[in-house]
Amino acid sequence: MSVTAAERWIRPAKQQSALVRLFDNKAFLIIACLLPAIGLLGVFLTYPLGLGVWLAFTDTTIGRRGVFVGLENFEFLFEDPIFWNAVFYSVFYTSVATVGKFALGLWLALLLNNHLPMKSLLRAIILLPWIVPTVLSAIAFWWIYDPQFSIISWVLIETGIRETNVDFINTAWPARWSLIAANIWRGIPFVAISLLAGLQTISPSLYEAAMLDGASAWQRFRYVTFPMLLPILAIVMTFSIIFTFTDFQLVYAITRGGPVNSTHLLATLAFQRGIPGGQLGEGAAIAVSMIPFLVFATLFSYFALARRKWQQGESND
Amino acid sequence: MATVDIREVRKAFGTTQILHGVSVGIEDGQFVVLVGPSGCGKSTLLRMLAGLENITGGEIAIGGRVVNNVPPKDRDIAMVFQNYALYPHMTVFQNMAFSMKLAGAPKEVMEREVQKAAKILGLEQLLHRFPRQLSGGQRQRVAMGRAIVRNPQVFLFDEPLSNLDAKLRVQMRSEIKELHQRLKVTTVYVTHDQIEAMTMADLIVVMNHGRIEQAGAPLELYDRPANLFVAGFIGSPAMNMMEGRIADGHFAGPGGAAWPLPANGHAPPAGEVIYGIRPEHLRLDPDGIPATVQLVEPTGSETQVLLRIGEANVSGAFRERVSARPGDVLPVSPDPGLVHLFDKKTGQRI
Repeated sequence: MSVTAAERWIRPAKQQSALVRLFDNKAFLIIACLLPAIGLLGVFLTYPLGLGVWLAFTDTTIGRRGVFVGLENFEFLFEDPIFWNAVFYSVFYTSVATVGKFALGLWLALLLNNHLPMKSLLRAIILLPWIVPTVLSAIAFWWIYDPQFSIISWVLIETGIRETNVDFINTAWPARWSLIAANIWRGIPFVAISLLAGLQTISPSLYEAAMLDGASAWQRFRYVTFPMLLPILAIVMTFSIIFTFTDFQLVYAITRGGPVNSTHLLATLAFQRGIPGGQLGEGAAIAVSMIPFLVFATLFSYFALARRKWQQGESND
Repeated sequence: MATVDIREVRKAFGTTQILHGVSVGIEDGQFVVLVGPSGCGKSTLLRMLAGLENITGGEIAIGGRVVNNVPPKDRDIAMVFQNYALYPHMTVFQNMAFSMKLAGAPKEVMEREVQKAAKILGLEQLLHRFPRQLSGGQRQRVAMGRAIVRNPQVFLFDEPLSNLDAKLRVQMRSEIKELHQRLKVTTVYVTHDQIEAMTMADLIVVMNHGRIEQAGAPLELYDRPANLFVAGFIGSPAMNMMEGRIADGHFAGPGGAAWPLPANGHAPPAGEVIYGIRPEHLRLDPDGIPATVQLVEPTGSETQVLLRIGEANVSGAFRERVSARPGDVLPVSPDPGLVHLFDKKTGQRI
C-alpha cells in the first residue's frame, strides 16, 4: 500500500508548558548553568581565600574570635628573624630546586625522545616518583636521611669511602640541601614528561633540514630544539615554581622546619604558627605574604618566556 | 654542479627490502624526476642521496666522489622538503641565512647572498616575516630560497608541490623549471604525479616496488613505454588496454572487434597479447569499430567519451566536439602508428 501525502504524520502544534518556556528563556538558562560553578568557586575558593586574607589582619587565635588589628601582624613578622629566614629559604629552595629539576628533566626528556629499546616502559618508570603520594616518598627520604640507619651512609661506610655516618638533616645547611635533593627527585618526572610532550611536537624534518644546513648535534639543540621548546618550557616552569614555592609536605614530613627553624618554608612556618601554635592571625599573615612572590614569578615567566612573535595569531604586519 | 651516479643501490629496513638494486646515471645539469606510486621507494632513494638514510648496498657518487659514508652536510646538496621544514621561530631571512650562519659567514656575505636569492624568487618584501605569516606558495619559495643560498652541486626536491592547491601547483611547477633553466644545477625531483614528471623532467625514472621500470626522456616514455606498468602510469587519461590474440594480421579484441596492428614494419608473433591505445589516439571514423557510448565528458578543449566495445571499457579523447548521447553507437579506429603491443605473460613491450 502506498503512503500518500495526506496520510503522513504531522506534528501537532501543542501549547508548551510553563516549565518548557522557562527553560527556553536565555537569561534563566545562563543563570541556571553558571550557578553550580559559581557556588563551588565561592564556597571552596573565594571564601577560604577571603577568610585567610581577613585573618591576616586580625589577632585571631584558636578559641578566641579576633579583632581587626591592621598591619600589626605584618609589622611583627618584619621584625621576626625566623620569618626572614623562611623567606630566604623559600626563595633559595625554589631557585635551586627549579634549576636542578629543569636541567635533569630536560636531559631526561632528550634521552627519552630518542629511539630506545623498551621506550614506553622507561617512560612509565620515570613517572613513578610523581605518582607516589608525597608523604610516602617523604617518609622514604626520612629514612634515607636518618642519622643512624641511612642507606647512603651505610653504602659509603661499607665501600670504605667514609668512616662515620653522613649528617643529612641535623645541621642547617646539610638539611637545606637534602630537602632540595628530595624535591628535585620528586619534581623531575613532571618536568621530563611535559618537556617530552613538547619535544615530540617538533617535526623531525626540521632536524633533517638543520642537518643538511650543516648543524652539529649541539647546534641542532641550540637553534631548533631549544627555541621551539621555549613556550612549553615557560608554562612548565611557571607551574613548577608555584608548586615548589608553596611546597609543604616534603619539608614538614622530613624535618618539620628544623633543625632550629632553619628549613622552614613560608608554608610550613604559616602552618606551625597558625595551627600547632594557635596564632591563626599570624599564620595567615605569613601565608598572605607569599602572594607577591607568586604573582611576580608567574608574571615573569609568562611575559619573559611564553609570548613569542612567531607563534602569535594571524598578524600580517 | 655535478653528475650523480646511483649504482646497484639497495635498501632494507630490517628484513623488508625497499630498493632492489637501482641504477641511474644523472648527467651534469640534468633535471631528473623519480616518479611512481606511493611506496615504490622513490622518496627513500632521494633521502639516501641526501644522506638521511643509510645505504644498505651499492654506491652513490656525487661529482665522481662516492658519498656512502659522507654525512649530509658534507655532500654539497640542498633539499626542499614536502612540508618545507621551515624553522617556525626564524624569519624568512634567518631561515635562508641559517646555513651560512652555522658556517660562520660574515654578515655582509649573508645579506648579499640572501638578497640575491630573494630577488630570484621575488621574496624581497617578505624577508622579515615568520613562516606562519606566509601563504603556501610563499613558504614553498622560501624553502627553495634556502636551497639556492647554499649554492649546492645538487638540488633535491621531495614532492614539493603536493601541499599546494591545483592552480598554485601549476604555477610553481613552471617556476621550478624556470629556476632550473636559470641556475642549471643538477636536480633530482620526486613526485607521484606523472604530469609533473612529464612537464618538468629531462629524464624520467619510473619506479615500482623498489625497481626501475623504465628511465628515459618524457616523450620517449610516452611514445614507447617499455612495459604495461609504464604504459598505464604515464599519460592522462590512462592508456586503454585490451586482452586478445593476434590472428590473420590483426588483433582480435573484446567483442570480436578486429584492430589494426602497429605499423612499425615487423609482424608480431601470433598469440595472446595486450593491445594498448591511448584515448587521444582514437579517431572518429565511420568505417571504424562500432562502440556504444556510455558517458560523454566535454572539457571544452576536448571531449572525453567512455565507450563500450564487447566487454571492454575504452575511453576516447577527441579534439572535435562529439554530440553523441549515451546509448548511441560511435565508430572509432586507432591510429596504427600509435598502437602498443605487450606480451600478456611478462607485460613487456613487443
